[in-house]
Amino acid sequence: MSFNIEGGNFSRAGYASSEIKKLLKQLNVDPKTIKSIVISLYEAEVNIVAHAYRGIMEVEIDDKKITTRLKDEGPGIPDIGMAMQEGFSTAGKRVREMGFGAGMGLPNIKKNTDEMNIVSTVGVGTELIMVNYF
Amino acid sequence: MFQNRTTYHALKVDRQKCIGCTHCMKICPEEAIRVINGIATIDYERCVDCGYCYRTCPAKAIYVEQDDLNKIKGFKYRVVLFPSVMIGQFPEKYTENHIYSALLKLGFTHVFEVEQPIQILIDSVKEYCHSEKNNKPYISGFCPAIVKLIQLRYPSLIDKLVLRKAPHDLGAHFAIQKLMKKGAKKEEIGLFYVTPCCAKIAAVKSPVVERESVIDGVINMNELYNRVMKIIDDVKITDTQEQREYITSEGILWGLTRGESIHFGDRSMAIDGIHNVIKFLERLENEEVPGVDFLEMRACDQSCAGGIMMTGNRFLTVERLEHRAKRYPDTKDLDLSTLHIDVDRIRQKLVSDKIMPKPVFRFDSDRIKAIGKMNKAQRILCFLPGIDCGACGAPNCHALAEDMVTGKAKMSDCIFIQQRWQNEGKIQAGKAYRNLEKKWGTDRFEADCNKKGKRNEGF
Repeated sequence: MSFNIEGGNFSRAGYASSEIKKLLKQLNVDPKTIKSIVISLYEAEVNIVAHAYRGIMEVEIDDKKITTRLKDEGPGIPDIGMAMQEGFSTAGKRVREMGFGAGMGLPNIKKNTDEMNIVSTVGVGTELIMVNYF
Repeated sequence: MFQNRTTYHALKVDRQKCIGCTHCMKICPEEAIRVINGIATIDYERCVDCGYCYRTCPAKAIYVEQDDLNKIKGFKYRVVLFPSVMIGQFPEKYTENHIYSALLKLGFTHVFEVEQPIQILIDSVKEYCHSEKNNKPYISGFCPAIVKLIQLRYPSLIDKLVLRKAPHDLGAHFAIQKLMKKGAKKEEIGLFYVTPCCAKIAAVKSPVVERESVIDGVINMNELYNRVMKIIDDVKITDTQEQREYITSEGILWGLTRGESIHFGDRSMAIDGIHNVIKFLERLENEEVPGVDFLEMRACDQSCAGGIMMTGNRFLTVERLEHRAKRYPDTKDLDLSTLHIDVDRIRQKLVSDKIMPKPVFRFDSDRIKAIGKMNKAQRILCFLPGIDCGACGAPNCHALAEDMVTGKAKMSDCIFIQQRWQNEGKIQAGKAYRNLEKKWGTDRFEADCNKKGKRNEGF
């Protein structure tokens, strides 16, 4: 399954996460696991909306795990180590006023996933891969 | 008293009246309705008793079962219990004394509004929130449709539900104590609960939060309203003031939107209308809702004033109740120690049992099979038209695909697929026609200028 994510459009943020959540419930995944997955998916989705121009979320589900690949075209992250620290944020005023951009995105994803891998090229974009085991 | 056996649902479809128009199927927030053989059929596993189908049905084919009012005759003390919203529907020329007197005339011996003494419930909810510090935001357990919704669809939020019962339990135990104090024996007291809500009926008849209900019978509020209106002009007015001594402003407002949330936490919210609640719960599950302490959620627009068995206009009802509340004292000013009742005992009775999740939306309990079905449903969706026309008897293409993989529907149920197969010579025209007749009944194809569904449409 794949979902297109539009950069800058907060009114649609969360749509893809909600769709995946519905599926996971139909697959009888434990509610606590669903919760972690959905929190990380939502954070990752909002990251693209808040920072990138456009992106795509690809989801693969098998009997043991869910793998999500989020690829965006955007400014990229110059220092991933810094971005992984709680409270660090490059979000602009407009984004913060909407209640996003508190600098908890990546740390929160890390906390809620079993495996996380992030590759970014400044001026090109970012690719994030997240794995959660059921 | 009702035992907790299989789950009871009060909403029923009258097969004689149902015209299979799909309105209910489209509005149901749980996708619990399908049209089968031209008749709406409710999947009670999924139903949360919100009553939106009842509201929308143009043929009035969905009804709410109730107990026979004659059942009261079996008791010496016949108590009518009702929420304050009942009073709010009557034209203002009728005073509370009028309404109470009419209820006594109908055969009841005692009249109790359920929201009294409301302070006991307020304290009990506060105590719960205090003891469960890590489950913010607390979600009120007041509206039984919302409790069921969370059980079925939002199991990860179940620990946030406040495990306290509703005002009808408060009122019932209060009434029992008052009457027993006057010398009544428990078995002589019959408690009849009048409600505008089919979810409350279901909750009373098969409680989610307790093993056994204290209520002896339920009466639909619209039915009782009609009975009261029939006699109210001729009834001899007696002074019933004494029966309203423990009603306070906060109790009167409890069933209205924000009636509950204003009491709990620094930051509380009230959301009414089940579709609004669902959108909000989705956000809550994504942890998109920071910093809120307490959530009041009600299935009906304008909360209980918009209950499906209310006769009066919901906005007028709200206005009248707000006006009424001003005449009553604040609950703080009512000293519980002057009531001469066992407050601790009532408090114990308000504690609910733990609520367990009931996931009904899964494809299969076996995950590998479930994934197979999920993939199949995704493939089927590629072939469906995506216009959610409902002609297959399912509310949308997505639901039809899910029905197909769980063996409840077949490919030819989709009229677009069938048409395509006909075009490709895979199915005979006659066979396709018979399929539709089977789904919707032969009457659908006959000219009828008074066809129901047509008559009831439009402005």
